[in-house]
Amino acid sequence: MADGVKPRVRVPDEAKAGEVIQIKTLISHPMESGQRRDDDGNLIPRSIINRFTVEFEGESVIDVAMEPAISSNPYFEFEATVPSSGSFVFTWYDDDGDVYTEEKTVTVA
Amino acid sequence: MKTRMLSLAGLLLAGPALADPDDDTLVINGEIEIVTKAPAPAHLEDVFDTIISGWHYRNDETQAIEADDFENPGMLGVEAARDDWFEVAGTGEESCASCHGEPEEMAGVRPVYPKWNEDAGEVRTLAMQVNDCRTSRMGAEPWKYAGDEMTDMVALISSVSRGMPVDVAIDGPAQSTWEAGRDIYYTRYGRLELACANCHEDNNGSMIRADHLSQGQINGFPTYRLKNAKLNAVQSRFKGCIRDTMAETFEPGSPELVALELYVASRGNGLSVEGPSVRN
Repeated sequence: MADGVKPRVRVPDEAKAGEVIQIKTLISHPMESGQRRDDDGNLIPRSIINRFTVEFEGESVIDVAMEPAISSNPYFEFEATVPSSGSFVFTWYDDDGDVYTEEKTVTVA
Repeated sequence: MKTRMLSLAGLLLAGPALADPDDDTLVINGEIEIVTKAPAPAHLEDVFDTIISGWHYRNDETQAIEADDFENPGMLGVEAARDDWFEVAGTGEESCASCHGEPEEMAGVRPVYPKWNEDAGEVRTLAMQVNDCRTSRMGAEPWKYAGDEMTDMVALISSVSRGMPVDVAIDGPAQSTWEAGRDIYYTRYGRLELACANCHEDNNGSMIRADHLSQGQINGFPTYRLKNAKLNAVQSRFKGCIRDTMAETFEPGSPELVALELYVASRGNGLSVEGPSVRN
């Protein structure tokens, strides 16, 4: 697996019903494009996160197909409406088959 | 469309003034207030009235990244260094934490470096001090002077001092090194025959090709640069600048660049430590 991969997510702990909240996510990852060569002229194999999804209680919030031109440590910021208390599940899919997940619970007062 | 046309007109009218520093204020994580403009220190009064962090020369989007640790990619390096901080290495079976405790204990260190070391009889940068700890106290291999591990570690030590004013000593035993650094600052190098001062004193606020010229303050180092997507050590930046004059450069860790780092740091006495900062 790629080294030093660590997902990070920022979601407010609490929200009002129907409130639009801001979500920030970042995963540390080299996002090796597969286009570069090492010092000996050999192609460095592609190794990227190719898909990022967010679900809220089983419902898809976003689903992103990611391509090799995306820079290292991909960062996503987006808004979501929270209808009720529940959990966001964040999932990153690595080229090498690894899947990284993170879960955050939001309480609707 | 109308706004776009208006802003385009603004662009044409504004001309060179576009590169001037702005008047925004920087507060990191909504709590660390950063002094990004300060009265020039006494030795610099003939040159500048106000010393200005390079942060003011960047556009709003780049500035915003530095204001939130979650968005600041330089903090990834800080996190990596935090792991190294607690990792036992070398024959001494010790980590940084064995002597120093939590990284937060290092608050106040970054503002006074480079600093005269009495035992060694030389001015030392933070990186030199880290490697001295690694070799003589931990019995570990030294890190490459401006390599990723070292730069991350300097970023960690810097991050816990953010908001504290830079205050390097330029008198006493450090004076001769400081003067050597000043001489380098005003020496024209390379086929383009440019001294640091030609750009950063005479032309800050102007464009150098597509980029803004700042005062060349180093309170924000190590700096995450969007152009190479990593943390950059201050002496790597020096080397890059001298290379751009088409000169044979000094190497990071050389006595010349150590002296230059002390001198340039002293030009920022009074600005807050910002590192790891975010720049283009």
